[in-house]
Amino acid sequence: MKLGFSKADEAFRSQCAAWLQAQMAGPFADIRGIPNLVSKIERRREWEQELAAHKWSCIGWPEQWGGRGATLAQQVIFAEEYARAGAPGRINHIGVELAGPTILAFGTEEQKARFLPGIAAGTAIWCQGYSEPNAGSDLANVRTKARLEGDEWVVNGQKVWTSLAHFSDWIFVIARSQEGSKGPKGLTFLMMEMDQPGIEVRPIRQMNGEAEFNETFLTDARCPADSLIGTPGDGWRVAMGLLAFERGVSTLAQQMGFRNELDGIIAAARANGKDRDPVIRQRVAEAEIGLRLMRYGALRMLSNADHSAIDGAALTYKIQWATWRRNLGELAMDVLGQDGEIAPGAEYEWPMLPNLFLFSRSDTIYGGTNQIQRNLIAERGLGLPKEPRGDL
Amino acid sequence: MEFALTDEQVMIADTVRAFFAENATSERTRAAMEGTGIDRDLWAAFAGELGLAGIGIPEDFGGAGLGMVELAVVAEAAGAQVAAVPLLGHAMLAEALVRGGTQAQKEQWLPRLASGEAIATAAWNAAFEVNDGAVSGTIAHLPHGAIADVLLLHAAGQVWLVDLAGEGVRRTAHVTMDQTRPLATVTLDCTPAEVLENGAAAIDGLHAGGWICLAAEALGGAQASLDRTVEYAKERVQFGRPIGSFQAYKHRLADMMVEIEQARSAVYWAACAVDEQAEEAALALHAAKAFCADTYRMCAGNMIQLHGGIGFTWEHDAHLFFKRARSIATLYGDSQWHREQVAHLVMGDPA
Repeated sequence: MKLGFSKADEAFRSQCAAWLQAQMAGPFADIRGIPNLVSKIERRREWEQELAAHKWSCIGWPEQWGGRGATLAQQVIFAEEYARAGAPGRINHIGVELAGPTILAFGTEEQKARFLPGIAAGTAIWCQGYSEPNAGSDLANVRTKARLEGDEWVVNGQKVWTSLAHFSDWIFVIARSQEGSKGPKGLTFLMMEMDQPGIEVRPIRQMNGEAEFNETFLTDARCPADSLIGTPGDGWRVAMGLLAFERGVSTLAQQMGFRNELDGIIAAARANGKDRDPVIRQRVAEAEIGLRLMRYGALRMLSNADHSAIDGAALTYKIQWATWRRNLGELAMDVLGQDGEIAPGAEYEWPMLPNLFLFSRSDTIYGGTNQIQRNLIAERGLGLPKEPRGDL
Repeated sequence: MEFALTDEQVMIADTVRAFFAENATSERTRAAMEGTGIDRDLWAAFAGELGLAGIGIPEDFGGAGLGMVELAVVAEAAGAQVAAVPLLGHAMLAEALVRGGTQAQKEQWLPRLASGEAIATAAWNAAFEVNDGAVSGTIAHLPHGAIADVLLLHAAGQVWLVDLAGEGVRRTAHVTMDQTRPLATVTLDCTPAEVLENGAAAIDGLHAGGWICLAAEALGGAQASLDRTVEYAKERVQFGRPIGSFQAYKHRLADMMVEIEQARSAVYWAACAVDEQAEEAALALHAAKAFCADTYRMCAGNMIQLHGGIGFTWEHDAHLFFKRARSIATLYGDSQWHREQVAHLVMGDPA
């Protein structure tokens, strides 16, 4: 067991830190530190492409597909330095971290050649079409239909909470391709181009005033017959395999964002004297401890990636960080007091900490609510019996 | 960076887990609870057959020459069975001596610790006087203080070693809530004491040894509380279903697992940070002690609730875990104190 990094790794750290900091101080200073995934999209497309031009867009991928075949330690270091430099959230994180790895793991050679270069180059931005109005926590209850017509899939239905769909180039959807099938059976995993008459995107305004996610309507939307991953009816397996990629190295970059938020709270407490309040000090300490444990939990998960023993532990990560961040939002407002309830400008737009308070209410919902997480932990992690379904 | 146990560490873990599971049985622990609070045969086998009483002691002094990670592995396994062994004081004295003792002090005590022959205890926030190498005072709340051979005292950056076979020692054993680690009051009246050569290093050592040991014990105990309750949840049937299929029940078990996995990260982060002399070692130790103690209390409390009436009986082992969790929470700094140390490290003192 060892926490420290090798000399070679530290040299790699200097190399990527130097490049990232130069970019953020120079040509991309205007998008430095943007916390959301909705503003200055054109500039951020350019940033994705700049990353790609210097082979920093997907360093964990094999070199053949535009990556560097980076070691785990190198990926950890890059994620940390990326966030430390204040580089903006990756608008193509779904492509780089979900679609790409899924295609690498389950796709044909032909599909790899067709899709991976665009993702690596930052020219193909992806979104994910899973949830539907009646398939939220019960995700397998998908009703969107797909049928094969000649050499094309034709898809009809509605997706919802589709993050970043309003500027994405591609979407992967799960749709029901077997008439009359129920639950996880009979679903197919399809990759579709967004720019077509059959796809309409309507932004949804969130409680913090921003619009990061959307409703996506599919009306005779089309894609070529070979746009499926796996086989027809096999989509649930692919979709679940993909969820495993959601807990990768990116969690460490996400944690650097949390670090900024906690530092902001500490600075605010020092500025307004709340740092003298022993209860606030206890809560800051709790937040600090929670954040450190998130880091070491992630490192433990990644270091044990090949061992099945850690699988149960990995299930706990989502509820852990989501709950931690929701508590952080509460702490932020308790430190700011009423100042936190006043927007700085004329618009309903919030600075980092009040926005954290509002936005973090979604953290314990999206990607599987805390309640669903507890079911997964109990059933898959602890082997407890499932609650019987009401409709089967 | 490889935050996973090495093959050798896994081997130690497997060995000690099997050893404590087989030998630190409920019957034997309960027998020790009726006596001095130590299962002497268990401790002798741990020191002799396994040779692990000297885990952190250099090989020159008869120890195994291993680090904090290995200590954590051992303490976790002992904690999982609420084993009645004096590992805590042992870890504190060994680490204090290794870091801050003179060669003569090491030669005098380390081999006796490594063989398991000497039992150690350590004070926290004790008031005492030292005059001409003799110490006087009433030292309360000493784990295994009624039978310990040697006592560690520290104040104002210095550490004293008191041989409890010396003059002027009076001991009062207390009926203690956690009978697996009974507390005693020791009164010293001009009892000879030796100061350790490097006080600051010795204090760091006794803190690291103590907090790692307690945090790891707590982790083991919390995990055992969860494991035993999961077993029960699968067997016990009410309303025609195993009770573990009800969400109100399984969600509490899930919450336990979420805390325990963080506690595991905390223990091994702190152990590694100490072994690697990382800058963040102090923060990691405070974090681990506070987080693991709180986790254990939550899990042991849930263990009782989720077992229903049987969990409240003397016959069931749940109360052993519950009481150990309570004693760990208070020993060597409670969670509020440790969190205030963390607050001090991250936000300084208020202006």
